Amino acid sequence: MSLFSKANREVLTSPLAKNNPVAVQVLGICSALAVTAQLEPAIVMGLSVTVITAFANVIISLLRKTIPNRIRIIVQLVVVASLVTLVSQILKAYAYDVSVQLSVYVGLIITNCILMGRLEAFAMMNGPWESFLDGVGSGLGYAWILVAVGFVRELFGNGTLLGLRVIPDSLYVENGGFYVNNGMMTMPAMALILVGCLIWALRACQKEQ
Amino acid sequence: MDTNKNSYTIIYASVMVIVVAFLLAFVSSALKPTQDQNVELDKKKQILASLGLRDLDGAEAVEKAYSEAVVCDLVVDSLGNVLKDGKNKDKDGFVVPQKEISPSCLPVYVCKIKDETKYVIPMTGRGLWGGLWGYMAINADLRTVFGAYFSHESETAGLGALIADKPFQEKFIGKNIFAEGDSTGTPALCVVKNGKVEAGKDKTQVDGITGATLTSVGVSNMVQDGLKQYVGYFKSLEQKR
Amino acid sequence: MEQLLSLFVRSIFVDNMIFAFFLGMCSYLAVSKNVKTALGLGVAVIFVLVITVPTNYLLQTKVLQNPEMGVDLSFLSFIIFIAVIAGIVQLVEMIVERFSPSLYAALGIFLPLIAVNCAIMGASLFMQQRIGMQPNSSQYIGSVLDAVVYALGSGIGWLLAIVALAAIREKMAYTIVPKPLQGLGITFITVGLMAMAFMCFSGLNI
Repeated sequence: MSLFSKANREVLTSPLAKNNPVAVQVLGICSALAVTAQLEPAIVMGLSVTVITAFANVIISLLRKTIPNRIRIIVQLVVVASLVTLVSQILKAYAYDVSVQLSVYVGLIITNCILMGRLEAFAMMNGPWESFLDGVGSGLGYAWILVAVGFVRELFGNGTLLGLRVIPDSLYVENGGFYVNNGMMTMPAMALILVGCLIWALRACQKEQ
Repeated sequence: MDTNKNSYTIIYASVMVIVVAFLLAFVSSALKPTQDQNVELDKKKQILASLGLRDLDGAEAVEKAYSEAVVCDLVVDSLGNVLKDGKNKDKDGFVVPQKEISPSCLPVYVCKIKDETKYVIPMTGRGLWGGLWGYMAINADLRTVFGAYFSHESETAGLGALIADKPFQEKFIGKNIFAEGDSTGTPALCVVKNGKVEAGKDKTQVDGITGATLTSVGVSNMVQDGLKQYVGYFKSLEQKR
Repeated sequence: MEQLLSLFVRSIFVDNMIFAFFLGMCSYLAVSKNVKTALGLGVAVIFVLVITVPTNYLLQTKVLQNPEMGVDLSFLSFIIFIAVIAGIVQLVEMIVERFSPSLYAALGIFLPLIAVNCAIMGASLFMQQRIGMQPNSSQYIGSVLDAVVYALGSGIGWLLAIVALAAIREKMAYTIVPKPLQGLGITFITVGLMAMAFMCFSGLNI
């Protein structure tokens, strides 16, 4: 069996669109919305979740035959919580500014339903390599939604991307132009509506296929 | 092997807890110095930002600029007594946590920019959603503002959060702390609603942020309360001259 | 007293778990199809919050980050919090089942769901963050009483949000919605509009 057999590719790619954890399975939305006011925290959050899901999947998959059934959920929680603690410590040490922006939402990765869902539904039943791919796939499926929402919110809310100005200053009303930032985009409410529209678009596209 | 036995479950749980605890303790103690350094560096960056030294790249640049600009960090009280002289740099005023700033424990950073003395004072307040804090650099005349830096815990992004941006902070540069001819020692510097600066008072009033009135009011109160505590120290400095 | 009242009102309306922080969204969207079950879950959330947040507060201040202990164990906080939550949920489930079968029949099915509800973990993490805030901030938590009030307020805010959404969704069942937008899509947009309405509370000066 090759590492990238058809079945494995399917495991990796299906969460990106067809089985997207956020848009289709409605998992892990809590953090998806809160960190997307700007692009940078959205990217870091997406990457952190991808890494944690992938490694938690591998660890649980390696341990799956030894885990006592009765304390299965607790074991999963401990593995996830330790990985999250590691990531949060690393962020604090090497990406301090972003860790301040993400504040409690790093900790909330523990209760991200994507993680527990993947561990329980996939890693408990499959080998480490498949689990790794599944984790990466699910994580990326989550990450791209975050990045898409973050992109729109930062672009229209602040006129910047990753902190760099994209919409030229001269277009702004203050400088004699016609453009005003849409303050609404930076509000929490807009994240919900954007995700709603994204789901709409995704579902409309898939029907055509 | 029967993984459902009680003894197995208990041993499994204990082993897991021990492994995890050791792993986390090890990582945490290994990364602790870097993390503490980040926190310190962040504070230094904020102090430098109030002195107009912004956008420094990398830790070394910040450390270098800080050691050049800041001469000493003392602790004073609201009557003007110097409690700690701050000769031992980064050990006196610098280590006072924001929460412990009170009339009996006020850090002051004495700085030199192009051979001119500046006094940087920290301030804390409350915005619309959560806490605010900042640093204000004051010129050697103890009357005018050299620069300011503000930040916030959780103000609305795009509105109140703009206080953390350069354009708003630069509006403070050159403003007077006290009203003209006023000798009561009450700071007059304040933030008013955008576009509502009164005629003749433009030296002590700063334009607020449109759509973020409550955050602007929070900054205004913070600046006034912060400055008020230091008036005693400023007076004692003037008497010494 | 004033401080407590302000903390309470703020945590219901201004710092609403759903509309301001999006916490507990998964179960919020999944269990808001009718008012009765929504109410059940809401009550269960309040119940668990009021027990776990003060417990975690005590652990955080007396054990994890106690200056008298000389060791900073705060790196263990994630694991401790989640273990406390999972443990307490389990314990509550057993106690309720033993002493009040009728309450168990009403809440029982929701309790396991709650262990992984971000709102519960989120409240503990926010509590941890708020301990470090300035005491003059109306979000500051400095005692067990503050923690209880905060937990109660957050729980009530969550209950309000889920019951309101369930009521809207019950009515919406009779509305014609574009096909791809049906179900999840329109729910998101509804929640967005509700969040906008709740935003007007943010101007409250309390």
